Amino acid sequence: MSAILEYREISKRFFDVEVLKNVSFTLRQGTVLGLVGENGAGKSTLMNLLGGVFPYDSGEILLNGKKYAPRHPKEALGHQIAFIHQELNLFTNLSVMENLFLHDFPKAGIPGLPFISRSKMRRKAMEVLETVDLSVSPDMPVEKLSQGERQLVEIAKALNQNAKIIIFDEPTTSLTARETEKLFEIIERLKKSGISMIYISHILSDIYRLCDDLVVLRDGEVVARGASADIPVDRLIPLMVGRTMNQMFPTREHEIGEVVFEVKNLNQPGIVKDIRFQVRAGEVVGISGLMGSGRSELARILFGLDPYESGEIRLKGEKLERLSPRACIERGMAFLTENRREEGLLLDQSISENLALVNLPDLAKGWIKKISRAELKTKVEEIFGAFRIASHDPYRQTVRTLSGGNQQKVVIGKWVINEPTLFILDEPTRGIDVGAKYDVYSIINQLAKNGTAVIMISSELEELLGMCDRILVMHAGELTGEFDRASFDRENILRAALGEA
Amino acid sequence: MNKSMQSQALIKFYSYAFLLLFVLVFAVFSLLSDQFLDGQNLINIVRQASSIGIMAVGMTFVLLVAGIDLSVGSVMFLGACIAAKLMEHGWPVWSGFAVMLLTGLIIGFVNGYVSTRFRILAFVVTLATLYMGRGLGLMITETKETKLPEQFLKIGYTDFLGIPVPVWIFLVVLVTAHLILKHTPYGRQIYAVGNDPEGAKKAGLPVNRILISVYVICGLFAGIGGIVALTQLGTVAPKFGDQREFVVIAAAVLGGTSLFGGRGNVFPGTVLGAILILTIENGLVILNADPYIYPLVTAGVIFLAVFVDSMRNKQLEKLGRRIIRVEKETKAPAGDHPAR
Repeated sequence: MSAILEYREISKRFFDVEVLKNVSFTLRQGTVLGLVGENGAGKSTLMNLLGGVFPYDSGEILLNGKKYAPRHPKEALGHQIAFIHQELNLFTNLSVMENLFLHDFPKAGIPGLPFISRSKMRRKAMEVLETVDLSVSPDMPVEKLSQGERQLVEIAKALNQNAKIIIFDEPTTSLTARETEKLFEIIERLKKSGISMIYISHILSDIYRLCDDLVVLRDGEVVARGASADIPVDRLIPLMVGRTMNQMFPTREHEIGEVVFEVKNLNQPGIVKDIRFQVRAGEVVGISGLMGSGRSELARILFGLDPYESGEIRLKGEKLERLSPRACIERGMAFLTENRREEGLLLDQSISENLALVNLPDLAKGWIKKISRAELKTKVEEIFGAFRIASHDPYRQTVRTLSGGNQQKVVIGKWVINEPTLFILDEPTRGIDVGAKYDVYSIINQLAKNGTAVIMISSELEELLGMCDRILVMHAGELTGEFDRASFDRENILRAALGEA
Repeated sequence: MNKSMQSQALIKFYSYAFLLLFVLVFAVFSLLSDQFLDGQNLINIVRQASSIGIMAVGMTFVLLVAGIDLSVGSVMFLGACIAAKLMEHGWPVWSGFAVMLLTGLIIGFVNGYVSTRFRILAFVVTLATLYMGRGLGLMITETKETKLPEQFLKIGYTDFLGIPVPVWIFLVVLVTAHLILKHTPYGRQIYAVGNDPEGAKKAGLPVNRILISVYVICGLFAGIGGIVALTQLGTVAPKFGDQREFVVIAAAVLGGTSLFGGRGNVFPGTVLGAILILTIENGLVILNADPYIYPLVTAGVIFLAVFVDSMRNKQLEKLGRRIIRVEKETKAPAGDHPAR
């Protein structure tokens, strides 16, 4: 079988970070290639190169033996490569057949008038839908289809555009077992008809079932490639994790106290199932898990941003009913969201205004609720000094002009000023430089030392290993593992995150 | 599954709520007054609705891509002012029509181009053109009422096959718009852009061109609506077209077109919406209601329409929510088709 797609020594850097290093592999025609690796291993970047999202720096990609280097997404269209992402690219208000023919509606053939021929379109759509075994009416609006059916429509669309290569990115996460089974049957069938596929998934059993070849990525490098039969699971997991990063973490000197936060049997259909855990005062508990495992969603539920159906949440023994962010803040909870630019910062206000934001109700004194400037000032200065925020004037300088790391410190500081009982931090060091990371770690340790219970969510396992007393692992909305500091083990944690434990 | 079926049913209910309202309004007025259901009165309602209806059809195009055009009232006013001035100086009537259409096209293009190219909210851009249009018009006419040639009124009150000419124009506009939206690739792509602009860009649709074009269409239809309105008035008053944008948007929204984009149609939606608003006015006139009541009733109806739209959207959001895990299917017999 000949190579339909070949990566040769592909490298890509974003600013100073090398995200892909000399990646080489081949996709053979009529086969399925599995692409595996941890979060941030470079899988998406690798596929984005094909879609023309950004160009590659060196090396070359050969498509059908010819050099392929799309500079933007438009150029990548019409090369018969189709992407099927977890989040489908269908227009839900249009019918199934309209989604199939959006680029190329069959015309009614009235000269001079651009009318669509619905009967022609329906006939053609039926043919395509049959090849993916989907027995819905072509006139059905997509919004009425189940997730699995939508996925089949997406595949039908790819086939309709004559795709020769189809890339699946985590296609089964929102499918039922039966729908998954059907998808796999269709993949087998497509394979027989000569279509080549790249399959990206965290579900290793699926990978082994479907894929002829495997490429294992780690930190932007190919660490293994070959026939999937030659790379058994027990070799695969160590290959995925074996990192040798040496990050520095500040020394920890906190004492662990009473249980302050307790979650029992927390359920929300489609999001989390049967979540139970405790956090003690002064304890740093990490939540690990792969992309889409429900970590951030859980945090949002705990802070009252999203609803839950059943379960119990207790803070300092008090059962919390009807959670809302406001009620959570009043009771001493704090939440650092995953995306600091969208939530939580007033970019054009001064540093001190931002720091005071959460704490304003407490600083307002008397019946006219006048804000006590003096008290505010001492508090702001306290944080300002402790956090080492690089600014010449916290009362004048706007947050917009700070670096990412310093902005992050301001966001954390505004919660810390309130002396929280429980602090949930979602990706606290994403996108900030090493020095600022170290400062954030120190702040977290300091908080723990003062008795705050900390829940830390992170995609970087390294950081959780360095910072946490305990690590909880999530997979598909469930807790699949719990590790004490003494039993921290990268492989076991990854195994739990993959649902292989 | 049960919950999602419930949502589906609610969405259907919200989508057709305006039909219920329509029937209800008709029933109430025909019970309260026996003149109301008279054939001549009904034709009258449709004639009065034609100008608003034409403009609302144009507005539907804009609302479908989640945009808004506040300038339509000013477009019809400015076009009318220029046309009236030119005709005063002896230009022929047909050139007056042409000028009004051209004014609509130009302002529509400005609205579309500026909001799309410079990524300024359409609300702000069209608010600016609203004031500009009105200001220019007042300057041209020196805030005086301008008389139009006799032929104008004649057109408005001529019947063809028993149906007034304004209604014919309304029908032609309506059929054209309906064909474009439902039966051409361009029309379907408008719906796609309204549903998910980012997705449409990724799918390689000419999103910017589509966005600009809907404002051009809306401007053009505002021009036509202006002509139709003038044929019934015969003069251009300084208040002509003032605050028309609100009635026009209300008509489209009443007809089930969503302010959030991607949902709605000109037939039956917008047409019935326009007729409904005029029906309410007409009914209140026949009933000799206090004129101060009109805006209150209209406000109530608009509020209801927007409320229904937002409720529907909430349900839609609920359905589209992303899920992370799939709950185990409960004892469904093997081999059956997943419930829908």
